[in-house]
Amino acid sequence: MLYREAGQFKASYQEDQQIFPIRQDRIGMAVILAFFFLAVPMLASQYWLQAILIPVLIFSLAAIGLNILTGYAGQLSLGSAAFMAVGAFGAYNFILRIDGMPFLVGVLLGGLSAAAVGVAFGLPSLRIKGFYLAVATLAAQFFIVWALVKFPWFSNNSSSGVITAQQIEILGFAFNTPESKYLLTLAIVTVLAFVAKNLVRSTTGRSWMAVRDMDVAAEVIGIRPMRAKLSAFAVSSFYCGVAGALYAYTYLGTVEPEGFSLDLSFRILFMIIIGGVGSIMGSFLGAAFIVLLPIFLNVGMHAVFGSAMPAGMASNLELIIFGGLIIFFLIVEPHGLARLWQLAKDKLRLWPFPH
Amino acid sequence: MGFFFEVLIGGLLSGVLYALVALGFVLIYKASGVFNFAQGAMVFFAALTFVGFQEVLPGWTGLEPGSIAVFWMAFVLALASMVVLGILTEKVVLRPLVNQPHITLFMATIGLTFLVEGIAQAIWGNHVRGLDLGIADEPIEWVLDSADIIVSKFDVFAATLAGILVASLALFFQYTKVGRALRAVADDHQAALSIGIPLQHIWAIVWAVAGFVALVAGLIWGARSGVQFALTFTALKALPVLILGGFTSVPGAIVGGLIIGASEKLAEVYIGPFVGGGIEGWFPYMLALLFLLVRPEGLFGEKHIDRV
Amino acid sequence: MKLKQTALIGATIAGLLATGYAAAQEQFIGLPSYRVGPFGSNGASLYGGWIDYMAMVNARDGGVNGVKLTWEECETEYNNARGVECYERLKNKGPTGNSVFQPLSTGITYSVLEKVAQDKIPLVTIGYGRTDAADGRVFPWVFPMITTYWSQASAIVNYIGQKSGGMDKLKGKKIGLLYHDSAYGKESHAIIDKLAEKHGFEVQKIAVANPGNEQQAQWLQIRQSKPDYVILWGWGVMNATALRTAAKTGYSRDKIIGVWWSGSEEDTIPAGDAAKGYVAAGFNVAGANYPVIKDIQSQVYAKNAGNMEDKNRIGSVLYNRGVVHGIITVEAIRTAQEKYGKGKPMTGEQIRWGFENLNLDSQRLAALGATGFMPDLKISCEDHEGGGKVKFQQWDGTQWKVVSDWVEADRPLVRGMIEESAAAYAKEKGITPRDCSKES
Repeated sequence: MLYREAGQFKASYQEDQQIFPIRQDRIGMAVILAFFFLAVPMLASQYWLQAILIPVLIFSLAAIGLNILTGYAGQLSLGSAAFMAVGAFGAYNFILRIDGMPFLVGVLLGGLSAAAVGVAFGLPSLRIKGFYLAVATLAAQFFIVWALVKFPWFSNNSSSGVITAQQIEILGFAFNTPESKYLLTLAIVTVLAFVAKNLVRSTTGRSWMAVRDMDVAAEVIGIRPMRAKLSAFAVSSFYCGVAGALYAYTYLGTVEPEGFSLDLSFRILFMIIIGGVGSIMGSFLGAAFIVLLPIFLNVGMHAVFGSAMPAGMASNLELIIFGGLIIFFLIVEPHGLARLWQLAKDKLRLWPFPH
Repeated sequence: MGFFFEVLIGGLLSGVLYALVALGFVLIYKASGVFNFAQGAMVFFAALTFVGFQEVLPGWTGLEPGSIAVFWMAFVLALASMVVLGILTEKVVLRPLVNQPHITLFMATIGLTFLVEGIAQAIWGNHVRGLDLGIADEPIEWVLDSADIIVSKFDVFAATLAGILVASLALFFQYTKVGRALRAVADDHQAALSIGIPLQHIWAIVWAVAGFVALVAGLIWGARSGVQFALTFTALKALPVLILGGFTSVPGAIVGGLIIGASEKLAEVYIGPFVGGGIEGWFPYMLALLFLLVRPEGLFGEKHIDRV
Repeated sequence: MKLKQTALIGATIAGLLATGYAAAQEQFIGLPSYRVGPFGSNGASLYGGWIDYMAMVNARDGGVNGVKLTWEECETEYNNARGVECYERLKNKGPTGNSVFQPLSTGITYSVLEKVAQDKIPLVTIGYGRTDAADGRVFPWVFPMITTYWSQASAIVNYIGQKSGGMDKLKGKKIGLLYHDSAYGKESHAIIDKLAEKHGFEVQKIAVANPGNEQQAQWLQIRQSKPDYVILWGWGVMNATALRTAAKTGYSRDKIIGVWWSGSEEDTIPAGDAAKGYVAAGFNVAGANYPVIKDIQSQVYAKNAGNMEDKNRIGSVLYNRGVVHGIITVEAIRTAQEKYGKGKPMTGEQIRWGFENLNLDSQRLAALGATGFMPDLKISCEDHEGGGKVKFQQWDGTQWKVVSDWVEADRPLVRGMIEESAAAYAKEKGITPRDCSKES
């Protein structure tokens, strides 16, 4: 009843091509944005901001990055965390070494360096596919982390290889409270998410999907696979790089190369699989799910069993449930949370008169 | 020159052990097209179950700890557990996911990794244990005396064991009925199904065999570095072997293992010092990557990987 | 219906996250433990010892001057992001918030380094973490106590000097440094280079790639270059593999000196016979034959209330290290109570004062039943390390045997490096170091 597009007529091409063609979607999005921009900073506790919302946003961005590569362009990568590391260390060095470098430009340059590295490691994709490519991207994962530890220049000769992010300052305003960091992260993520949403509807995005669906056919209709694949690697790594920079600056404050481990790459991959491959919305849902699940399990385990259960057993049970739930999810809904979202929307269209 | 050979031989022997882990991947990928990331966790599970039974069996049966009987009973029980784990995995996890995209199956096996790690440690506890197979990890004396080259007894034993395992698997696939059926399944699921080969039966067998391979790998790796969580990382050593040898080839796993083992050791010794060392983590992957650029299907992989 | 249920569950969980346990006369200690993952085995022993000690204090003395210790664990999986979440989750629990944060992970230490000053929670890193934080003028909230990596490296070199018959005998010797190729392993480089220059020995640095379950190439290099001693700077599976491979390549184990994260039963037992003769540093010793451990046995385990699932590990190196963590935490709370009021729960700020004025001299250690168990310790505003001494133990095939007295580090040299590094950090961050003469 509420969610029905009947009566909304598209009178121009422009109206037909907007991101959210349905009015209710536009209103919904506005409400969601207003909620996260206005209500959350006022209501949420420090714990929620610092330990949950900021990482969820950052991982959503990384998941969007991987989703562009895997979901839209069909190239499987296990090196997302390494590209995040490049972004973090890139931004750190640009801001450190160039006097008066504005924060946002530094982050942007960090993202661009990640894009450059991404293209270099994307080159093999021109020859190989599937799991061979996935394992090959592990080369990026291990090599980049090794290089960041090995060459002290990257961490400004810090004895332990750890970098400490500089104070964030934009136009003289210092971002040092959890609320301001949250808003900054949210703003960057929102902008980039909209860019991504538009990008996948553009010529570039459609060429990615064409290559994903059938590369030979794509080539026949005049899409250059090389260009499509490398641009996907570049854009994807850029997103991961920006996410990495935010991870260092607005989330942890100090990062070490080992923090960007293979484990993190897998986690990002989980996010897009659980969230939904080939969906921007799914990237957010997946990131929220994967960040929150272990925390809820840990808290829930304490709440249910308290100290009755040995702590080691509790931790192992969490691991078992985490693994089990992921398998369960894949079996029940292989297309991810985004698909559930879609189904809910379809149902809502008919509600409350399903016939 | 002696040093060069010493490094080379040591590398080749390590390579066989990588191949042993890679073998588990190959078996499952070949038969069901699943890239089973949980193989590393299965190695850990197998080794932990084995030493776990070794610890509890004397209490249950009154046998003397460390005796031959306990060893073999623990081995049989661990093997049985691995077979059960393999069959359960096939039935509960993978069967509902038939016909899903590869990446979904792959993610399911990563989920399985957490599950298996958690179960193993929940049952047996998470402390580190030693494992003694009764073969000392020390140089063979006459080689050391005559050529001044270190060749470890244990490594030779492990390599021989791996060799026997591969040979018997090859024979099994070549000459038994089940083996032939398995190769048919690997070639074409539907064609195999249409001539009456029970697909799910075969898959269960493959998972059980993979469990057996994981147990052997777990025993050998566990004896080398202790039975602990880090055994799951053996999977990371096996992946470059897989790309190099091809995901579907048993001999490829062996040859790939030898190449990776030897080249990573030589690289660490001869290239490492110039770039600060510690390159063993990524060098095999780079090597495999470069190799793929020349031959995208790997050494012995099947050609049907389409190129762009 | 379904929606209602979900909302209800959501609200319950949110409520659980938000509310702490509220009760008076309790001192809350948040434990960011790790019991799964590659280092889960180590974490279980460390946190087990720590929890058992606190349980013993509660059972034997009824807490600290009547204030019961309470605690809650939060699983970090040795992962920085999870560690930060635990830090935030634990920080406001209990009547006075979290008393102290000790993550037992250098990565997590760095991730919360700046948060602790804002939240006024002392960050205690015993034997790991950021070395230059020992300069309390720049890092008032961070306590890398007993000894730091740099002190340890120096103490190891001093021990090698002792064994060689004097520091002047080190000249012309060759020492191999087999290190975990990570931030942790690289921490050793600067100090070892400095010491090599000072004493005239040669260093051969050999990196081992994470996780370190293959070291054939490294040990063949060592066999080739024949260093007089090898310092093993490892963590996790790397240690056992190093000992196994050393045996395989014929390098004498009593020439291998491990750091304290390489010298526990978790490292030697999986190496089997290959570990016999291996020497490792430690700021606590192994053994259950100390009064403090006996008290834990009689007060906690006799009542079936201990934390360890595997009771054989009571008295192991890492378990005892956990007990050291417990002792230091409890004593800091006691010290704080002496200034701010006995029998009251202390705030993080007050406990910080307690840490800064902690003085565990030999008398106090004897009263705690820990003579010889850990070195004496005196913290001051300037010096947050307060000791820098380590003991060396040798593995005899079944247990660790102490083979040295407390060995001092080259304090002036290490302190100079710490101050230099801390000053650089202060400059980068725009921190004005405290004036310690004005602290009470």
